[in-house]
Amino acid sequence: MWDYLKLIGLGLMAILAAIAANYAHDLAYQVNAVTVMLAAGISFLFVLRTAGDPRPNLQHEYFDGVVRAGAIATAFWGVVGFLVGVVIATQLAFPQLNFEWAQGYLNFGRLRPLHTSAVIFAFGGNALIMSSFYIVQRTSAARLFGGSLGWFVFWGWQLVIVLAATGYVLGATQGKEYAEPVWYVDILITVVWVAFLVAFMGTLFKRKEPHIYVANWFLLAMILTVAMLHLVNNAAIPVSIFGSAQVQLYAGVQDAMVQWWYGHNAVGFFLTAGFLGMMYYFVPKQAERPVYSYKLSIIHFWALIFLYIWAGPHHLHYTALPDWASTLGMVFSVILWMPSWGGMINGLMTLSGAWDKLRTDPIIRMMVVSIGFYGMSTFEGPMMSIKAVNSLSHYTDWTIGHVHSGALGWNGMITFGVLYYLVPRLWNRERLYSLKLVSWHFWLATIGIVLYASSMWVTGIMEGLMWREVDANGFLVNAFADTVAAKFPMYVVRALGGGLFLTGALIMCYNLWMTVRAQPQRVTQHAAVPAE
Amino acid sequence: METYSFLRHMADSWFLLAMTLGFLGLCLWAFRPGSRAAHQEVATSIFRNDDRPASSDPAKKEG
Repeated sequence: MWDYLKLIGLGLMAILAAIAANYAHDLAYQVNAVTVMLAAGISFLFVLRTAGDPRPNLQHEYFDGVVRAGAIATAFWGVVGFLVGVVIATQLAFPQLNFEWAQGYLNFGRLRPLHTSAVIFAFGGNALIMSSFYIVQRTSAARLFGGSLGWFVFWGWQLVIVLAATGYVLGATQGKEYAEPVWYVDILITVVWVAFLVAFMGTLFKRKEPHIYVANWFLLAMILTVAMLHLVNNAAIPVSIFGSAQVQLYAGVQDAMVQWWYGHNAVGFFLTAGFLGMMYYFVPKQAERPVYSYKLSIIHFWALIFLYIWAGPHHLHYTALPDWASTLGMVFSVILWMPSWGGMINGLMTLSGAWDKLRTDPIIRMMVVSIGFYGMSTFEGPMMSIKAVNSLSHYTDWTIGHVHSGALGWNGMITFGVLYYLVPRLWNRERLYSLKLVSWHFWLATIGIVLYASSMWVTGIMEGLMWREVDANGFLVNAFADTVAAKFPMYVVRALGGGLFLTGALIMCYNLWMTVRAQPQRVTQHAAVPAE
Repeated sequence: METYSFLRHMADSWFLLAMTLGFLGLCLWAFRPGSRAAHQEVATSIFRNDDRPASSDPAKKEG
């Protein structure tokens, strides 16, 4: 019965998408409609071919297929996102790479949102979905809730990524930073995200463990808050049901405030709370000792939840935003330093008594460096949110350097560590193919980040100082183009740093591939043993 | 404008107070007597059930 309903739904979706493609007002919408039609058609065939198959009761096994797919997707989108990042960094250094024949498709303006969305939502999003599904099953001692709901979340998220990415290149955007996807992609994101919430919460509800481990709190906070942010910031009215254009519900400074309330909390909950959930599970697991202080993790959680949501206005210092709001944002950003460092200390001290592992285990080294970068960027961020500092740093490359020390250092490194932890376990392999290659990855990535961040400090502070330099008569000394010219060497260094980081990620992909391909299967005895 | 003033007033007085007290309460709750054993138990819970879900009989504790 359920299969018939699915078939009817998917068939209708394919037909409606075909009609929409026919009536499309713009190219991006048309391509997206064709993509949806194909996705619905393939799903239709898949459901048709497996309809009526016996569904064995798998409650005594974890649902790891979707986690495996998540690991592949994370590695794949990571490489894509880093590659686009290196391309646009090179375009900034050498503008002639904005080729004439590709104008309007592959120039910096079109590729930049592709890069940010690919690394945040495709790489980071898949890492979060994969880790959430893995962690919530292990800490609940229960199979993922909802049968194949996990597969819907996984494939739905990949469809979101493909629709958004092709849309950006063809010009479909709502022009909100980190919320560029247009209205119909926003609706799909909502559906997939609610399914994610249901699968996660359902597993917590049927847990066999008496307590909910703290990593799940962070992950649940991530899911709920991102849902709220997404709904509020994407409130818009489509111009036509057959087009990708829409009109935002808010206007002027209200729109700006909503956008940065969203934008900063996307950083705070997607890239911080969610990845802290990963830290609180995988660091103790890899170190083979429980988290340093469980009490501190509880206080870390609540402090982060209560404080982060107010920090958004620091993105709008010295704008039309009321003074009180921007001061509020600054104060909360500075207070936020404390819980952030509490969390960092908690993560690092988990290794107390096992510091020797830093020498022998490159995966632990990766996780520790990522926590170090978390500490560094959560110190830098509050400092930059202070109005006096912000007047120098805002609109300069310092901001970009800050974001990347957080994103490459914290999010990237912890995700690499998690992939190295998960892949041998998910594919039932004794060990990784090569620890030496992990070390290579570690050093390439670390040196890449250092080059990136330091070049952006230099260029950021330089351009901030050049912009405010006035002569004896009060006239500005430098034209904008002067700062652009002066930045050239730092832009080359930045692209080089990004290139090293990308090379490290490629080495990781090779290493993980060979782990699955060439390592012997671990012998297990529990495969056919029923739950007693 | 009336709604704005009302909400603004609520936000920086009573609601701020309620949230501060809520936060402090949650922190103090973590230090309640007997929490040490519970925290110890949950902090080490990640080291079991690695390979398959716990069996469904209600006797949960397996060490």
